[in-house]
Amino acid sequence: MARLIRTEKEVEGRYSEQWILVEEDPLEQWPAGPLDVVGRPAERIDGIERARGQAPYTADLRRPGMLHTAGLRSPYAGARVSRLNLDPARAAPGVRAVLEPDDTDVLTLDACYPGQPVAAVAADSFEQARAALAHIEIEWEVLEPLLDPDEAVRRGSLTQEARRYARGDVEAALADADVVVEAEYRTQTLLHNALETHQAVCEWRGEALEVWISTQYIWGVRDELAEHFDLPPDRVRVVCEAMGGGFGAKNGAGDYSVLAAELARRTGRPVRCALTRREENLASGNRNATIQRLTAGARSDGTLVALAGDFVNAVGWEGWLASTAGPMQMLYACENVRTVEYGAKLNTAPMAAFRAPGFVEGTFGLECLLDELAARLELDPLELRRRNHADADLVDGRPFSSKNLLECYRRGEVHWARREAVRARSEGPWRRGVGLASQTWYGGGGPPSYAWIRLGSDGRATVVTAMQDIGTGTRTAMAQIAAEELGLPLERVEVALGDSARGPFASISAGSSTTPSMGPAVRAAAADVARQLIEIAAQRYHREERVLSLQNGEIVSADGGSWPLEKVAGLLGDGQGLGKGARGPNPTGMRVLTFGVQVAEVAVDIETGEVVVERIAAVHDVGRVINPLGASSQVEGGIIQGIGHTLSEQRLLDPESGAVLTQTLDAYKVPTIADVPEIVTEFVDEPDAHLTNLGSKGLGEPPIIPTAAAIANAIRDATGADVRSLPITRAEMLRALKEAREQTYAHEAG
Amino acid sequence: MLELRVNGGVYRAGPEVGRSLAETLREELGLTGTKVACGEGHCGACTVLLDGVPTLSCITLVHTVGEQEVTTIEGLRDHPLVHAFVRADAVQCGFCTPGQIVSASALVEASPSPSPAEVRHAMAGNLCRCGTYPKIERAIAAVTGQEPEQLLRGTPRGDDGVPSAKPDA
Repeated sequence: MARLIRTEKEVEGRYSEQWILVEEDPLEQWPAGPLDVVGRPAERIDGIERARGQAPYTADLRRPGMLHTAGLRSPYAGARVSRLNLDPARAAPGVRAVLEPDDTDVLTLDACYPGQPVAAVAADSFEQARAALAHIEIEWEVLEPLLDPDEAVRRGSLTQEARRYARGDVEAALADADVVVEAEYRTQTLLHNALETHQAVCEWRGEALEVWISTQYIWGVRDELAEHFDLPPDRVRVVCEAMGGGFGAKNGAGDYSVLAAELARRTGRPVRCALTRREENLASGNRNATIQRLTAGARSDGTLVALAGDFVNAVGWEGWLASTAGPMQMLYACENVRTVEYGAKLNTAPMAAFRAPGFVEGTFGLECLLDELAARLELDPLELRRRNHADADLVDGRPFSSKNLLECYRRGEVHWARREAVRARSEGPWRRGVGLASQTWYGGGGPPSYAWIRLGSDGRATVVTAMQDIGTGTRTAMAQIAAEELGLPLERVEVALGDSARGPFASISAGSSTTPSMGPAVRAAAADVARQLIEIAAQRYHREERVLSLQNGEIVSADGGSWPLEKVAGLLGDGQGLGKGARGPNPTGMRVLTFGVQVAEVAVDIETGEVVVERIAAVHDVGRVINPLGASSQVEGGIIQGIGHTLSEQRLLDPESGAVLTQTLDAYKVPTIADVPEIVTEFVDEPDAHLTNLGSKGLGEPPIIPTAAAIANAIRDATGADVRSLPITRAEMLRALKEAREQTYAHEAG
Repeated sequence: MLELRVNGGVYRAGPEVGRSLAETLREELGLTGTKVACGEGHCGACTVLLDGVPTLSCITLVHTVGEQEVTTIEGLRDHPLVHAFVRADAVQCGFCTPGQIVSASALVEASPSPSPAEVRHAMAGNLCRCGTYPKIERAIAAVTGQEPEQLLRGTPRGDDGVPSAKPDA
């Protein structure tokens, strides 16, 4: 029986109290290690259609009579529209409808950041819509923008009240510490730049709305649009069968969906609203910049006695305060911790979740600070981390459902041991070094999430659930789980997903939650079908149910005899085996977290400041790995994005006007194939015995978390310079080298 | 009307002057395998071949194509690279993948056994935000016969001998 409980739900470190209907999860976990299908490398089941360009992205959808939208956006960081005349746009060729701020609350006359939408035009073609924008008569009263996060905190311009956390007595502990280090770290504003831009196509059918959208959360889009247009949620159908990347920026409906739906309502036509690449870089979400003023105190044996941090998040005009202090609170067994996080309200575009929001930034600061401390203590950085390993969660005293960070360290040793050899390869101006960084993050997923399974008389199964595969390969992982439970080869399982009208509620694809949320539901549904097949076989072949099992596409009897599954299922004729599964609860009173360590090797040209990452080894603990091939791709992708975050990517603003200077993909420098080092990936691959019928946690985010700190620590190892500001451009590298030289001179002179 | 030679066939289209080849392929010919991700020639997602040469179709005016043979991903759907990309897991979200495969097809045509540096040079104009690059290198290496047996390595567990969960059918 299902139980209704009041519980804490976590997505990307944001907790909320809510009622959840929890279903039983009676299945025992499979044994650890590779099984028949689960735990073995599998090609993506939709790989061929994606590779051939046949996958149905929102960008490729063409509805009959479809109109295209272009938006007029504020060129100013702060400005008020003093005059607006849209009539010339209404009269422009091909224009079918124009929206202004009176028509919808996603448009405004008071622009508070560059790119905030003011008006929208729908026309027969995108070119016509864009051309019509030029006819709009508009006058602005330009205001002084607030762009400096520290200044915003001083003025009290905050997006929410400062978030304070404390345990123990930091002041007393610092007074007693043998060594205290303090440093200020800065991280830059980063842009997601998924290759498919934010977009939706909306079409009304009677009083119902159909939405095709590039999204990470079909059900969230459904609920947001239902509320906006005052519809029963099931009158909004949301479809996303394939999408071209999200990285956190596509968790919500966005203004573009509302504009497309409103324009479709007014014109009676399907309407596409797709951001251009420049709009994508202007105002579609970002990983906000941070300033982190950190202090660590330790005894001479390396025991951390105090950690403190003041964190300023440059949230932008609106958004939420990502947990930049999370790693400082969670990663180490430190009794005395105090953090304050400020969300600076600025005339810049709102932040959005971006692959482990807060933790990527906070881990850079914390893990660099740890290495600065190790240097002062003359202690091996890996040993320092071992000595401060947290055996239980110090934030709320709960035990971990599973934690294999020490095993990650043990497996990382072989990579860490390369540092003498790496340093010895320094030559001329090129100095080489090795650095490491640890990582923790959420990733346990949770209820509710549901899946159905349909088994046909041909002995093939289809998983039906309205989740989305945002490119991480979760569709394939679900097929593997169903195949394993049904004893079927992978090629006999299909997955029908991506349509809120054609499947049950499924998890958001954010917070590394898709596999841990959906996988157990899929397994439960498969077990439901397996039970039905065994009941049929027991009756047909006169066996007791308890002696029958599903293996290798057959129903096998322990007392002799086996029958191909399609023969048993064939008895169904037009009938089907229908299975239903729900995600069970997370373990009560436990913290479910993911862990890992990365070891980076770099070469630094101390004359030019050029930094080359030569190798990164990653060891992660995410419970049971479903598809080792896809998992290795996730880690590689996270690391490569992390390298971009560390060395090249940066949204630049004009410091006076706040205008975004990096609006194109040649100005905003994402890594290319030529920037990729050797990457070695390894998983502890130990099922979490307390977590669901699978023991799997999520993997989307952990690999990007420690990369920047590991690289910065390797740079310190190579050069003795402390880089504390991202991105580590040549200018920043040369500044840090100069500072290190000056400190050396001062030290020698003193 | 324009006559375009695409994937071995001849198509008639009436694009407005100023239209790009990418938009014409996608909007008029329905060949949506060619993706437009930036629209200004910075990312490579729109790569097609013109007489075998990789070309950014989003910044190629369709009226300049003339008699050149256009090859899109639809014309390469049975190319060994397509299967190599899937086997190597060089496909995550997949939005850049058709352009990657088109670029790679020109590379392996011109240089049957490219060095790693040649691969990086030839592929550096095709951005992948998911970071499939290591797997792209592996897929190209498999097609050029350089390390086919290593295709499914990268499997993160220590025991490289674990066989694939490929269907037994």
